[in-house]
Amino acid sequence: MSETAIKPRIEKVPLREQFFQKLPVLLVPMLALLGLMAIGNPASWLTLTVAGLAMGMMIFIMASGLTVVFGLMDVINFGHGAFVAVGAFVGFTVLAWLAGWTASPSVMLNLAAVLIAILAAMVVTGLLGYAFERVIVMPVYGEHLKQILVTMGGLIVAQQMIYVVWGPDELHLSRPEAFQGSIVLGEAAIEKYRLVAVAIGLALFLAMRHILKNTKVGLLVRAGVENGEMVEALGYRIRRLFLIVFMTGSALAGLGGVMWGLYQETITAHMGSEIMVLVFIVVIIGGLGSVEGCFIGALLVGLLANYTAFLAPKVALISTIALMVAILMWRPQGIYPVVKAK
Amino acid sequence: MADNLLTLSGVHTLIGPYHILQGVDLVVPEGGVTVLLGRNGAGKTTTLRTIMGLWNASQGEIRFDDHLITGLDTPDISRRGIAYVPEDMGVFTDLTVAENMTLAAANAPIDQKRLGWIKALFPPIGTFWNASAGTLSGGQKQMLSVARAVIEPRRLILIDEPTKGLAPAIIKAMTDALRELKETDTTILLVEQNFAMASTIGDTVAVMDDGRIIHSGVMRELAEDDAMQEKLMGLSLEAHQ
Repeated sequence: MSETAIKPRIEKVPLREQFFQKLPVLLVPMLALLGLMAIGNPASWLTLTVAGLAMGMMIFIMASGLTVVFGLMDVINFGHGAFVAVGAFVGFTVLAWLAGWTASPSVMLNLAAVLIAILAAMVVTGLLGYAFERVIVMPVYGEHLKQILVTMGGLIVAQQMIYVVWGPDELHLSRPEAFQGSIVLGEAAIEKYRLVAVAIGLALFLAMRHILKNTKVGLLVRAGVENGEMVEALGYRIRRLFLIVFMTGSALAGLGGVMWGLYQETITAHMGSEIMVLVFIVVIIGGLGSVEGCFIGALLVGLLANYTAFLAPKVALISTIALMVAILMWRPQGIYPVVKAK
Repeated sequence: MADNLLTLSGVHTLIGPYHILQGVDLVVPEGGVTVLLGRNGAGKTTTLRTIMGLWNASQGEIRFDDHLITGLDTPDISRRGIAYVPEDMGVFTDLTVAENMTLAAANAPIDQKRLGWIKALFPPIGTFWNASAGTLSGGQKQMLSVARAVIEPRRLILIDEPTKGLAPAIIKAMTDALRELKETDTTILLVEQNFAMASTIGDTVAVMDDGRIIHSGVMRELAEDDAMQEKLMGLSLEAHQ
């Protein structure tokens, strides 16, 4: 093909449209600024902001796997909450075995105990995710109604299994010594554990972003979300990729379960289904299948829930739903809609 | 031109309640370009998708290089050396041109020499190497789609209407590129409605109607026979020019 036959030209996106595309990134600082103006007291604002970011990061950890699973294979998994609850209970068991380490004043022993608990929870929920995908999800690919029914069924079975193994009562989960108490910054008191949650959530987001942007598996996931059929035509087995993503998403939900359990300091068999309301709101706000949208959505939900709980506790009950309604009126496909070829 | 590379024998394909392919018998000789013609809805795209395993044949058999590929999964068919350029181009718009090409090189890292040849064949691939594929024009996306199919040596490329909706200058450029591809060892099965274009690069031709092959033969003979064109497609070659 000769150069003269075609003059290479790229369609430039207008500046206004580029700004519109980037706008969602500004939503989090804009909400924080609005929060500061409404709260007035910088110390209270800082405490609430860190609490909101920590809550948002934990929801993101639980929601990130769900959104990729939906984007890649159009699978609506209502059983995702089971992995959160199982992760929390496995983490509880490990931390109970390592009670000597968690009660120790040594930060290293505390950290080691939490890391072992997280690792055990992720391994168990990852394997549970494997069984869940093979037995429950695989027979109903492409059938949304059946997916909702069987994954809800899977959630109920998992909850009953938790009753069998750990009993029906709620359990108290103590944070390790090093994660208890607060750090005082001026007049603001910031819980240490919330800072840990923010750090872990941020590290996970950056790691996921790196994998999705810079590795071949990440490219395959992004391509598969857009056009799974074409990925197969290029010679890749998308079902195998989906299984890996499903197991990873389940393991992340398990990690989220341990962190949420330590945050609430109480765990129940139903904790997964309760938190799933927030998780689904975040996935919908972010745009089904979008990891970046999910991250922004989770931070918005976390911040708004904490600000409204402080400013108008009754409004807090509907704040996240109102946020979802507002976002969907602005962008009906969510913050970062994922373009699907099919 | 030597033996047959691809053979379809009595292939039927059902999509939901619709019986689309109703016993397709098609032979694609090794080397050169075989053009599959037919009106809209005749079953051309379904034939390509059935060969790729994207839709399953309910009856009949498909042989590639004398091996039965009916019932194989799409990735297995692809790895046997068949590439597919779909009608909608199948470009990953969220990825850059470079990332699209990286994924297309499924079996090994990109061969830089081959990439140089592709960039010469399709200049926009080099120009917009790091640009998002979503920002390319329709013609550039089509070039990327074909470039992706040839980034690794393939024995057979299935191309579905590569000139659809493109400007005349781009159609000419695409035709030149396909002509150059034809000179390599790659065999092309081309679905095309633009008979004027197809007749210049096609070696053999098959015409479909109502889910069956109603004519197959040498392209030159069909291109020179207006009466046959009228009979098979209801349109003469002149009408396309």
